[in-house]
Amino acid sequence: MLSAAMVGVVVTMMLALVRATAGPTVFDRVLAVNMIGTKTILLICIGGFAAGRPDFVDLALVYGLVNFTGMVALVKFCRFGNLASDQPEEAGAQEVL
Amino acid sequence: MIEPLLFVLLLALAVAILKLKDLFAIAMLSGAFSLVSAGLFTLMDAVDVAFTEAAVGAGFTTVLFLGTLAVTANTERQQPFRLGPLLVVLVVGAVLIWAGLDAPLYGDPTAPVHTHLGAEFIGRAPSEIDMPNIVTAVLASYRGYDTMGETAVIFTAGVGVMLLLGGRKGRDLDEEDQD
Repeated sequence: MLSAAMVGVVVTMMLALVRATAGPTVFDRVLAVNMIGTKTILLICIGGFAAGRPDFVDLALVYGLVNFTGMVALVKFCRFGNLASDQPEEAGAQEVL
Repeated sequence: MIEPLLFVLLLALAVAILKLKDLFAIAMLSGAFSLVSAGLFTLMDAVDVAFTEAAVGAGFTTVLFLGTLAVTANTERQQPFRLGPLLVVLVVGAVLIWAGLDAPLYGDPTAPVHTHLGAEFIGRAPSEIDMPNIVTAVLASYRGYDTMGETAVIFTAGVGVMLLLGGRKGRDLDEEDQD
């Protein structure tokens, strides 16, 4: 049961990777990569329960935080064109989108 | 059992990173690559390595790549094919694979790491240091001074980078305030 769930999660990650590679707009890619990260966290959780070590959930939580940090940087780059300011740059923001 | 599938996924991610020309997508995908390999390390019970991989690879390097993208171009230039770098990469890859053949198999109980000091630490740590995780016991107690030195080095490097990158901006802000 848990093994089937793990295989399913990995297949989902592959499909998300297809979207991240093909994705016409930057939003498709951000969503797909965020989904790959979320599925990794899910995979660690399921793997922990399958191995009889539920404490892996704590590790998965930390990975969630790390993934979130990367995502905040990504969307900030999308919105403002750089990571330092909270004011959008005229050229940079248009260029990314 | 799930590990081979994850290796296939890592390979697919690497090919996608190679094929894409959009550097923004490449920065995102390399973060995903690090997070997936961190998950793989966790499932292989190398939790400490996985933590470092996740923090440095998925968190910090993505931010660093994006910071670089903000001051450089967004797309990769088409490079002409060159034979020299390809040969270097092939030779280095072959040497790495050849060196990997000597490594003990995954989970091999007769690997050198299990036959020398490892068994002694596993025997002594629970009674000498009241810590459930033996890796933590070795890091924080048996080689505590080494870890303290490492932390001092990393702290110094961080302060140095902050002074180099952040110092000028602070002065500019001060000057604006005075105006």
